[in-house]
Amino acid sequence: MFGKLGFDAIPLHDPIIVVVGIGMIIGGLGLLAAITYFRKWGWLWNEWFTSVDHKKLGIMYFIVALVMLLRGFADAIMMRTQQMVAAGGSMGFLPPDHYDQIFTAHGVIMIFFVAMPMVIGLMNLVVPLQIGARDVAFPFLNNLSFWLFAVSAILINISLVVGEFATTGWLAYAPLSGIEYSPGVGVDYWIWALQISGIGTTLTGINFFVTILKMRTKGMTLFRMPIFTWTSLCANVLIIASFPILTATIAMLTLDRYFGMNFFTNELGGNVMMYVNLIWAWGHPEVYILILPAFGVFSEVIATFARKRLFGYHTMVWATVAITVLSFIVWLHHFFTMGAGANVNAFFGIMTMIIAIPTGVKVFNWIFTIFRGRLEMTSPVLWTLGFIITFTIGGMTGVMLALPAANFVLHNSLFVIAHFHNVIIGGVLFGMLAGLTYWFPKAFGFTLDEKWGKRSFWFWIIGFYTAFMPLYVLSFYGAARRMQSYPNAEWQPWMIVAWVGAVLIACGIACTIIQFYVSVRDRKKNADVTGDPWDARTLEWSTSSPAPFYNFAHEPTVGDIDSFWTQKQRGLEQAEQKAYHDIHMPKNTHAGPIISVFAMIFGFAMIWHIWWLAIVGAVGTLVSFLARVFNDDIDYYVPAAEVERIEQAHLKRVEAHS
Amino acid sequence: MQQPSKWRRRGTFFVLLALCLLLAGCSSALMDPKGDIGEAQRSLILSAFGLMLIVVIPVIVLTIAFGWHYRRNNTVAQYLPDWAHSNVIEAIVWLVPVVIVGILAVITWRSSHELDPHRPLESDQPTLEIQAISLDWKWLFIYPEQGIATVNEVTIPVNTPVRFRVSSGSVMNSLFIPRLGTQIYAMAGMDNDVHLIGNEIGTYWGRSSNYSGAGFAGMVFDAYVTSDEDFEAWVADVAASPNELTFPEGYSELAERSSFDPVQYFSSVTPEFYERLVSSFHTGTDPETDTQDADRAPAVDSNEAYQTTDNQEGEGADNGQLISNEAGG
Repeated sequence: MFGKLGFDAIPLHDPIIVVVGIGMIIGGLGLLAAITYFRKWGWLWNEWFTSVDHKKLGIMYFIVALVMLLRGFADAIMMRTQQMVAAGGSMGFLPPDHYDQIFTAHGVIMIFFVAMPMVIGLMNLVVPLQIGARDVAFPFLNNLSFWLFAVSAILINISLVVGEFATTGWLAYAPLSGIEYSPGVGVDYWIWALQISGIGTTLTGINFFVTILKMRTKGMTLFRMPIFTWTSLCANVLIIASFPILTATIAMLTLDRYFGMNFFTNELGGNVMMYVNLIWAWGHPEVYILILPAFGVFSEVIATFARKRLFGYHTMVWATVAITVLSFIVWLHHFFTMGAGANVNAFFGIMTMIIAIPTGVKVFNWIFTIFRGRLEMTSPVLWTLGFIITFTIGGMTGVMLALPAANFVLHNSLFVIAHFHNVIIGGVLFGMLAGLTYWFPKAFGFTLDEKWGKRSFWFWIIGFYTAFMPLYVLSFYGAARRMQSYPNAEWQPWMIVAWVGAVLIACGIACTIIQFYVSVRDRKKNADVTGDPWDARTLEWSTSSPAPFYNFAHEPTVGDIDSFWTQKQRGLEQAEQKAYHDIHMPKNTHAGPIISVFAMIFGFAMIWHIWWLAIVGAVGTLVSFLARVFNDDIDYYVPAAEVERIEQAHLKRVEAHS
Repeated sequence: MQQPSKWRRRGTFFVLLALCLLLAGCSSALMDPKGDIGEAQRSLILSAFGLMLIVVIPVIVLTIAFGWHYRRNNTVAQYLPDWAHSNVIEAIVWLVPVVIVGILAVITWRSSHELDPHRPLESDQPTLEIQAISLDWKWLFIYPEQGIATVNEVTIPVNTPVRFRVSSGSVMNSLFIPRLGTQIYAMAGMDNDVHLIGNEIGTYWGRSSNYSGAGFAGMVFDAYVTSDEDFEAWVADVAASPNELTFPEGYSELAERSSFDPVQYFSSVTPEFYERLVSSFHTGTDPETDTQDADRAPAVDSNEAYQTTDNQEGEGADNGQLISNEAGG
């Protein structure tokens, strides 16, 4: 009846999990009770859950990402604590099985459920506004993408209290992830959470690719697009090209595990090296999916706050395109030690180094944007300067890893850990926090508190260096990654320093939480009445804050790269009053959350081999999807009078303010 | 907006950090290697590091200097809001990285060949072969010429080139002795190899560096580099052990899951133990039922399956890498 699921699936033997589980249940129930008490269910469902508004979806992506950041960070601090104590024969406080789940969950959560939703959330919030569109090309798919992602995040969290998570490392290398070596449900949680959210990501890629190519406003040629839109376009090209590889690879692993096939087993012609190749053929483009939009954020932030055109716009675009193409021909650098011949290794090593050229050019372009500018040291600028320095160091260690002969001693060590945190924290995370601060007023109508934002930055950057520089050092002593314990007692002082760094980062996260609280409290004082709080350059700042649901009352016309800036310079803002027209908009839809909940039921049933429930989930997914497909009542018109009312109210507010 | 003290504090922090790192690094395994391979890798890491500092240091200095000089309230600094292009700067920012990467590319090509793990070392001494097999979760070392085997301990004579043939009885692992240099993946059914040498007598250690499951932390072993006489004595010591290692019975027993295993010695090993284990994954034969007389395919030499020689076409080399281990099946 319930497949492999029984009461023994709940890990009561582990006090840490029990406490966390009880905390999660109490917190969850408290939240549900609060929503019920304040009678917010209808509002949540109608205004948010079923919304196809790209701005609201962007906000929801960010909320889930920030919650998952806390979970992923809890994993991080447990890992650092374990490695701090488990030296010289001590086994620490986490047994291998638990520790292995933690580092696997940390990697999976931070990449798929923190970095990805932040990047996609920011694209949702910003891209349609930057290109002067009223929504994305496929608003329903956009909602569906979000929900497929959200239910996968729920599946991951269920694994904490029902069953176990994978103990394989975040990429679940075969044959360790095969049924022979990982017979539990952990890898199955990994499989279905990634498979379901991966489909959502692929849909997002298609959606934004079409949106950017087809829905740009009048006059916005490709080479007048803001850089963030450019980098998003490239990231979506990468999603479309690479995520199907992940889907296919996981599908083959699924066949191995569920049907006894032998794609990636040791025996019967299975090929574990093929798994490693395929997973990195997706995995390497994936890191550029994350970093390219972050590059876009820094470009917008630095030009805005230096009050100056971005240096070398065209170079920036071509560098982005070059990185996009090159990112597909470097995957082998993740496993030089597999034993490929010298020619193969050298080819991939050199290809990897070539990526450093366009990346280096970008760095110089940001620096020369500051040159002869008037740089305002806001917190987004601090994140950007911190990024330039940190990312450059990370890039340097990356090139060292790209040297096959050096990689032979650096691979699989803490050097790799330090390197990719160097670029992911210093690049993606700093970028997303900069972007969050920068575009927050566009989403909510008030700016974030600067004081706490800057405190967060200083804790993060000092914490980062304190936490990860010791790992570079330890790698030179031969410290491998993923060690639950280590006999070398002399490594312990460095591990203690790294732990202190993690605590400093915790303070940084706390500052961000306080920042949200303080900003909401002072929202009247920090209100963004004009819609352009930073005196910025691109179209999203030409509409009110928060942007009306239809984004622009009149479709803007673009004649330049920094069109809005040029307009402001010429003082053409007070153009003659144009007549308002009816606006064609998509309707909200129940389909997204319903389809996704069925998909989650299917995934959960497959994990636990509850076949009848899996059929219910699959049929439910299909039927609810078809119901949506055959529904023609999906759009409506906002009357011109309503648009006029909203716009006049905004203009009155601006006049009263000035 | 920004106080100078913060920048200064940050600068001091970086300098102190860099000093700590440099001091700490000198005695480390990678910076104080005990063999020629590790030595070559040390100078490779340092020269790549030095080359890249040519870009990294100006970037850091310029970021801080420009950020400070062009701050908003420094109204004496030049301000050109529409200045966004300069052919000279563009040329420099493209050329400098291109030149550095060009130099690195040459270094990469050369060092990839010189330090190719599969490449035999030049020496007047004959090469010692050791077969290393990763199991859950311990290392089995077989000395085919000496006819002995050990668990979690490996001894090599000083200044003698050693060829480790590396395979796995279960999941992927990686054989790594940091003081000697290069690591290589151990994969079931694959006959991988790495050539190493120890030039200084001493006790070092090795481990699996590729995560392989619950017992991974305990996959550490001692690695001794000894004089020739001590090596002979050690071999005699192992050969005096009452234990013998047979295939497949003894192997199955040894392959059972355990971690932090004590050192074990075996005075004799079933002939072609290593080859038979490797090929057992190709024939679909379970090691437990494999017998001496059964037909079996030859082990795949990863050098043949993978390795490309210099006169091969580059493109062909790429495809060749993806050739699977099915050749034996």
